[in-house]
Amino acid sequence: MLAIVDYGVGNLFSLKSSVAAIGVDAVITGDAETILNAERIILPGVGAFGDAVDKLRATGLDKAVIRAAENGTPLLGICVGMQMLFEKDYEYGEHDGLGLIPGEVRSIRELIAPEMKVPAIGWSSLSYKKDSRLFKDIAAGEFVYFVHSYSAVKCEQYISAVTNYGVEITAAVEKGNVYGTQFHPEKSGEIGLKILKNFCNI
Amino acid sequence: MLTKRIIPCLDVKDGRVVKGVNFKGLNDVSSPVELAGYYSDNGADELVFYDITASAEGRALFTDILKEVASKIFIPLTVGGGINSLEDFDRVLKCGADKVSVNSGAIKRPELIKEAAEKYGNQCVVISADVKRVNGEYRVFAKGGREDTGMEAISWIKHCVELGAGEVVLNSIDTDGVKNGFDIEMLKAVCDAVDVPVIASGGAGCIEDFEKLFKELPKADAGLAASIFHFGEVKISDLKKRLSEIGIPVRI
Repeated sequence: MLAIVDYGVGNLFSLKSSVAAIGVDAVITGDAETILNAERIILPGVGAFGDAVDKLRATGLDKAVIRAAENGTPLLGICVGMQMLFEKDYEYGEHDGLGLIPGEVRSIRELIAPEMKVPAIGWSSLSYKKDSRLFKDIAAGEFVYFVHSYSAVKCEQYISAVTNYGVEITAAVEKGNVYGTQFHPEKSGEIGLKILKNFCNI
Repeated sequence: MLTKRIIPCLDVKDGRVVKGVNFKGLNDVSSPVELAGYYSDNGADELVFYDITASAEGRALFTDILKEVASKIFIPLTVGGGINSLEDFDRVLKCGADKVSVNSGAIKRPELIKEAAEKYGNQCVVISADVKRVNGEYRVFAKGGREDTGMEAISWIKHCVELGAGEVVLNSIDTDGVKNGFDIEMLKAVCDAVDVPVIASGGAGCIEDFEKLFKELPKADAGLAASIFHFGEVKISDLKKRLSEIGIPVRI
């Protein structure tokens, strides 16, 4: 059973539908036991980091996600869900993340050229930094869909894929059984479904 | 690099796509689900569904079809039409919309943008503006372009972005329906005023109009059109191929 962590943010309908489309049985859950017993976990997230991580903590599910990850359950954070995997974030003040991957989350405004738009919205292509089971049989140069104003930094050794906004932007990270994508696989067409399928085969 | 997006817009009334659509291979040309699938397969980067229904029954049908589309088509979906409250945001987001576009609802009560951005994030809130030249200035129109609000458009759009809108759809009433090209002058004024993505709407009649848009205004992020795609005058796959040939970054 794949558990999609429901802590009251974002739209889980598309995520659940996309997982259903690849034939995987998923449950949307806010129950710690279910998360601890899941075969795999997806941690979604949209909106502001501070708000999302506060909500996750308020439900107490942060502990369940951390424990499951430490027990070796494959975990995939998507967008703000990926950003939460890191130690620190600087969106609207400083916040602590889950600390599952060393690194920080910073505004892309600090990283990209001034004429570029924030939020960054649209399809951008992947380049790989290392082999990843998440991107099995997916060629470099394939496009995925991004919507973000923040990006993971100071995590070079854990980056599996980047995209280019004039500078390299972290597109995907992994550390052991903990994975994260800045882009939305559930909104990235056939390629996105393939990435979700790869995660479900880990 | 973020690619330029090509976005077909589908007007939906009582759960059906309006405007005559005729594609080979589509059994039901007014089925939003079939049409969305067709566009997705042909390279559309996003889809916009605009609910032009006035009745409550029609609204319910709209959310039903939205759910069906979102459970089968895995590209971003923007929904607009009749969005006046946070409840309206909630209603369409729960059915699978990724972004919600507000127009008259924000003119009536601009705080709606702020409230929605705080609740769902800036990336979720799109300000859609219908703009027309009146006495040498850009003027915002309400009620589907029928009513002059008297507001200057560039400062209005700037204000909406300050309130939290994460994207702008600029529909030029002056070029809409004329099929003589996008309103590059008006679009440039908006692109120069805000630093969020801007989607051009109104006036596309052929592939060259998109070429001109992205060549003359590299700051434009996307081109939106309805009838030229629906009537098959422009095929999205041909359009993207052409843009790619002239060096405009697109997803192929």
